[in-house]
Amino acid sequence: MNIALVDYGAGNLTSVIKGLRAAGADVRVVSTPDELSDAQALVIPGVGHFSATLALGEDWRGAVRDRLAAGVPFLGICLGMQWLFEGSDEAPDAPGLGLLRGRCFRLPDTIKVPHVGWNTLAVSNTSSRLMAGLPEGAMAYFTHSFAAPTVDATAASTTHAVPFTSVVELGRVFGTQFHPEKSGTTGLRLLANFLAAAREAR
Amino acid sequence: MLAKRLIACLDVRDGCVVKGVNFEGLRSAGDPAALARRYNEEGIDELVVLDVTATLETRRALADTIRQVSKEIFIPLAVGGGIGSLDDARAVVEAGADKVSINTAPLRDPSLITTLAKVYGSQAVVVAIDAKRSDRGYSVYGRSGTTRESRDAVDWAREAESRGAGEILLTSIDRDGTKIGFDCELTAAVSDAVRIPVIASGGAGSPEHFVEVFAAGRADAALAASIFHFSEHAVRELKEFLSGNGVPMRMVW
Repeated sequence: MNIALVDYGAGNLTSVIKGLRAAGADVRVVSTPDELSDAQALVIPGVGHFSATLALGEDWRGAVRDRLAAGVPFLGICLGMQWLFEGSDEAPDAPGLGLLRGRCFRLPDTIKVPHVGWNTLAVSNTSSRLMAGLPEGAMAYFTHSFAAPTVDATAASTTHAVPFTSVVELGRVFGTQFHPEKSGTTGLRLLANFLAAAREAR
Repeated sequence: MLAKRLIACLDVRDGCVVKGVNFEGLRSAGDPAALARRYNEEGIDELVVLDVTATLETRRALADTIRQVSKEIFIPLAVGGGIGSLDDARAVVEAGADKVSINTAPLRDPSLITTLAKVYGSQAVVVAIDAKRSDRGYSVYGRSGTTRESRDAVDWAREAESRGAGEILLTSIDRDGTKIGFDCELTAAVSDAVRIPVIASGGAGSPEHFVEVFAAGRADAALAASIFHFSEHAVRELKEFLSGNGVPMRMVW
């Protein structure tokens, strides 16, 4: 399974590579859109400020759209998931991919922000492939200040003062606000489920 | 609901885990990778590797140790000890650290906090504050608790947050290694002063101490070393106790 892990300069990839490999993936780090052409699955990670996604310019967006149209499974992690939406209040000038409706918003200051730590996934899509086999009340590791609204594609939500999307699933497009590579056995299971979906898609 | 985190600290010196009492009299507690594996299996929420002698001996945290520990776990790993520059931070991040903990260096040059936050994001920057009670509040100490600074711990935590810190790791020098309980007053004072998570450290000796620091101390996470190292209280037993006392915990192993 040839997984293309997109390196666009938003954070360190060491943990993501380690997690995907532990789940059984053959990971290839790519830093130009051309390298996506033969990928069997795409992973866009990312930590930090939404403006980092400005590095994913038109060339990237075109290449990613092409792959999605071809049915290649996609996993966005943290910023990579937020990028699937129309944008984020964190960086109003940085457009998201716009595959999902809505904008990411800042978590309210009535509670500690950033939201750091392990929080519960409230599953709304019980036939989610990404979360297959996860026990009820499974927790995952989050670290973020901005969050995506809940939408039709929301497969699980999490609450930190307000509910937000913690897992999206739309066909073969998947995303997690939390870091599966840092979420212990829950995260590894989720990565393995993504790989299974990617194998199935071949 | 956001769980309170239990963090195990591996104080490392020359590749071995040691634990000091009041930062002195270090005794050996084992192989870092073996301990990391055990804690991970027991359900610890996060690990911190601190190269305890690094600042004093101007050594960097040992990249080999970080690599070995990082291989064993799929939970967040923070590394500290002697990190004084972006290059030092890069070395530990590339070895597998998710977060970098800085202590003495930002006291000399607070702009380091912002520099690291810009490169790795605030979530990767932990400012460690070693504090000791004084006649006027809490004084900050640098260089592994040996040098008293002119700064007040609460003020310094606020400044660290404004400069881009993602978390505060707050250690009570008075309580460190004593097992008489966390300094809940200190922890609450800092936790109330900032919006970022505060990790309480120093003094854990019983499960009740953790209940206290999460309730009265308003800590977001609690860090301990010896209480875990010598199997006095397995992580799982501690979590079950805390959960039974109303503290939200991650109960998956």
